Amino acid sequence: MIANYGYKDGSGDYFIAIDTDKCDGCGKCVEACPAGVFEVVDEDPNDPFREEPLIIVVVDKRKKIKYECGPCKPPTNRPPLPCIEACPQDVISHSW
Amino acid sequence: MAEEKKQEFWRWTESNWKNPDIKWEDAKIVTAGIDVGSVSSQATVMTDGKIYAYSNMRTGSDSPDSARNALNYALEGTNMPESRIDYCIGTGYGRVNVPMADRSITEIACHARGAHFIYGPDVRTVLDVGGQDCKAIRCDEKGKVVNFLMNDKCAAGTGRGMEVFSDLLSVPIVDVGERSFQIKEEPEPVSSTCVVYAKTEATGLLRKGWEVNEVLAAYCSAMAERIFSLIERIGIEKGFAITGGMAKNKGVIDRMMKIIDLEAMKTDWDTQIAGAVGAALFGYALVQKGRKK
Ligand code: SF4
Ligand code: SF4
Repeated sequence: MIANYGYKDGSGDYFIAIDTDKCDGCGKCVEACPAGVFEVVDEDPNDPFREEPLIIVVVDKRKKIKYECGPCKPPTNRPPLPCIEACPQDVISHSW
Repeated sequence: MAEEKKQEFWRWTESNWKNPDIKWEDAKIVTAGIDVGSVSSQATVMTDGKIYAYSNMRTGSDSPDSARNALNYALEGTNMPESRIDYCIGTGYGRVNVPMADRSITEIACHARGAHFIYGPDVRTVLDVGGQDCKAIRCDEKGKVVNFLMNDKCAAGTGRGMEVFSDLLSVPIVDVGERSFQIKEEPEPVSSTCVVYAKTEATGLLRKGWEVNEVLAAYCSAMAERIFSLIERIGIEKGFAITGGMAKNKGVIDRMMKIIDLEAMKTDWDTQIAGAVGAALFGYALVQKGRKK
């Protein structure tokens, strides 16, 4: 499943997409993210029949994701994003 | 059919229903799903995976009470004691505050599953416009979620926004859709669906001499565009089902389907019960799984 967390507002689309089938909940992205955007949960809240761990975007961060990720995304010369770099399974993508 | 309590203005009608062809005494497994949303709450009681009874009410100030009222209203006149329910699942915005629930499941999972049940297995895209959020879900032939997006950052393009607007124009919410088509020419959409701006803009248009129906049309069409822009991201597939209260507003839905260029699927069930139906179905599946062990 592709889980899109974030929002759209007048200034643009701000979504983090998580490819849940690829995620094994190893937690490397959680350690890498300076803003605490992700957390590992024991089962998929959107699929009651999946009982393996995976990441979700923390509820409190969903409506302010643009600002949380701001420091990782300077307007020029953007470096690779720590969360994407950390993940061995290519689970995470950002829409902006 | 549905027994109705009359109310006024922006208020929509609360209702409950029970299936006269089912005797709950004969059921092997009874499950319940309770969906406590920000604006409305529903309870659905299922006997062996069939809808036996449901209710649709306005959410009160407190989630546990709203859940209790919804379940009581669904069971009203059935003689079924609450203890007969084998498994109960809470869903929706207030799902962790449903006291009689054995567990909770997100509304994303429940709406996909519920839409798959009330609209049938051809459903691939589910749009749920609730009181304060908008969800777009793509699912497979089993009703399992493959892709979803939820936007709950502001009330623009949600049921609450429509309620505020119908109140402002003193048009009963159930008439908004119909009246928005009683116009000579389709007006430009209002420039913002943001509740605060839209109010100011509507007042300005009325002062300029616009008829109420024209203002309604302009607002419905702005809502349609707003909702479309949200669901675009997940990709729209044929088998388009709409759940939640907004499904009943033709003014918004017909205009939106025109933009999407697809036909919306039809159902005889109340579109607002989809989440509760999905929850009750998950309960049924979980009980079956448990009993097989
Ligand atoms: S971009 Fe930075 S702040 Fe945003 S999720 Fe990735 S690591 Fe965390
Ligand atoms: S690093 Fe990748 S696989 Fe590991 S928890 Fe994060 S998203 Fe999942």
